[in-house]
Amino acid sequence: MWNTIFPYFLSGVSVGGQYALIAIGYSMVYGILRLINFAHGDVFMVAGILMVYISASGVPLWICIPLVLVLTSLLGFIIERLAYKPLRTAPRMSIMISAIGVSYTLQNLVLYVTGGLNQFYPTIPWVSDSITIGSATTKIVTVVTPVLTLLLVYGLVMLINHTKVGMAMRAVSKDFETSQLMGININRVISITFVIGSFLAGIGSMLYFTNYTTVIQTSGAMPGLKAFVAAVFGGIGSIPGAVIGAFIIGICENIIKGLDIILLKSGLIAKPMGLATFSDAFTFALLIIILVVKPTGLFGEKTIDKV
Amino acid sequence: MSNVDKKKFSTPQIISAAIILAFYVLVFIAEQTLAPTSMIFTVLKKGATYALVAVSMNLLNGFTGIFSLGQAGFMLIGAYVYAIFTIPLTQRAAVYQYYNGGIVQFTLPVFVAMIMSGLVAAFFAYLIGLPVLRLKSDYLAVATLGFAEIIRAIFQWDKIGPLTNGSNMLRLFPTFNDFNIKNSNGEVVIYLSTLVPLLISGVCIALILLLINSTFGRALRAMKDDEISAEAMGIHLASHKQLAFCISSFFTGVGGAMLAMYQTTVQAKSFTTAMTYEILLIVVIGGIGSVTGSCLSSFLFVACSEWWLRFLDQKQVIGEFEVPLLRNGFRLVVFSIIIMIVVLFFRQGIMGTRELPDLFRKKRSAAKKGA
Repeated sequence: MWNTIFPYFLSGVSVGGQYALIAIGYSMVYGILRLINFAHGDVFMVAGILMVYISASGVPLWICIPLVLVLTSLLGFIIERLAYKPLRTAPRMSIMISAIGVSYTLQNLVLYVTGGLNQFYPTIPWVSDSITIGSATTKIVTVVTPVLTLLLVYGLVMLINHTKVGMAMRAVSKDFETSQLMGININRVISITFVIGSFLAGIGSMLYFTNYTTVIQTSGAMPGLKAFVAAVFGGIGSIPGAVIGAFIIGICENIIKGLDIILLKSGLIAKPMGLATFSDAFTFALLIIILVVKPTGLFGEKTIDKV
Repeated sequence: MSNVDKKKFSTPQIISAAIILAFYVLVFIAEQTLAPTSMIFTVLKKGATYALVAVSMNLLNGFTGIFSLGQAGFMLIGAYVYAIFTIPLTQRAAVYQYYNGGIVQFTLPVFVAMIMSGLVAAFFAYLIGLPVLRLKSDYLAVATLGFAEIIRAIFQWDKIGPLTNGSNMLRLFPTFNDFNIKNSNGEVVIYLSTLVPLLISGVCIALILLLINSTFGRALRAMKDDEISAEAMGIHLASHKQLAFCISSFFTGVGGAMLAMYQTTVQAKSFTTAMTYEILLIVVIGGIGSVTGSCLSSFLFVACSEWWLRFLDQKQVIGEFEVPLLRNGFRLVVFSIIIMIVVLFFRQGIMGTRELPDLFRKKRSAAKKGA
């Protein structure tokens, strides 16, 4: 029984780690701007495309990887400056629409550049090698992802809790206006938030696409939405929450993908049910359930609406 | 699209009604004279479909203040219900080739099937509305978005294949071309394939307009402006939201049926989030809170994406000079940039919150609205 589940569990942990890296970006931005950055999934996808094109131009990998991360961070910064900053005083709905517009623009831009064809992601040596753990054969990236994710999250939590910038971020997310009055440069804090979020999404994209090998303009949408669900599940605004939510979603999703085989082998069902179709739907069902049962998520802070 | 009022109709309203009537007459004449393959008919057909969906989205987002992103899901339901109930019995074996002809072994008339589409979509909206409408702005947006994804997955499930044909295409159902009146030899006598969709969409939009201008519509607008004061004035928030959500979904479902007719085939996997985003952007370009704006921008949007900006996708040579950058997909890039400019700098959209009759009113009242 365990031998059947284990490979799915393992890839679930890996995917969960990748979702976590994206989810942090959503969570941090939401914490500060109260904005669902719908374009975040597309930033993740653009990071993948950048990697494809830069490595194809013959740049050695050890320059390519940092370069992609820098460019992705820059992209996050530019998006914030161009599309969200001018709307700072506008109603929340306008900013959300702007985010959707950015997502649409990025997808079309990539469609134009790639011609709408699947792009093959370059193989990063070592992490793409195969490895056998117990009953599962997988790529090394599967094992590396959760470790790397946890390290990065640890670093981020340290940054938020023990540096001046981190203190400013916490202040801004508590109270936007008051922190402005206290002399915090809001625009700087917001920019840093976007840069960190995009940077993590860039790392996430390297891990994710090493696993899935092709990138196309729509490949950011689904992981983006799922990472968002993870952020909501864990309590939006809370980084550990986002990470735990992402792991839960990643694991559940992959187990549902293999549920047919697991149930067949354990003799619970006689023939396949085609349940794998529901692996995506599950995430959203979970979202609706959590929003109805506990809208603040697992670790979210309780907000009080004042009349 | 005229406003029915107990008083006499005002001059601007009469002018507006005349414009709309003239539009329909023009379409009718054009259809009899121009070649039926002309691009303008494609634009009008798809535009009519999108206009209906955009207006029903506007009813939620612009007039009720419910930021719903589930449109693609309700369109999918509408399109499937229409297709399932109208595929001719003789064709079922061919369409449901993997499921022994499917389990639905009867057909409904086209218009009955369209109303069914709306009703089923509204029923699903009722179910999903029970939990989801309790949520606040952006959570509601994501929950409805998630709902659309769930619907898309369910409709592709192999087990309900006898009903939905699994992940295979539904086809061979009556399309817009079947509205053309033919003689016994199969030659088309009167072309109606563009006029009828425009009429269907027009009637639905007129119904929505009547609704917006009713007591119920005013209650919705009060809720949009301030939920707490609206509640204090005796408006039952939950039931009003639920009803608005169902009505909007009804018309979105009908729009889905029209989309099925326009596309001539239906496949669940094409009803993606991107479709919802497109409709949202149409609403934004037209002006959130303006029915006229949504209609205008639907036609504009479809015309630009299907017709006017097509040249951007091909190589263009002016004299000796080959225009750079033009190749497949460039149209969409230009298009996205235009949309971003509207979103960022012209947040009012084409119409703001004005309607067609407002355009013919004196400056004074226009200034009052703008203030």
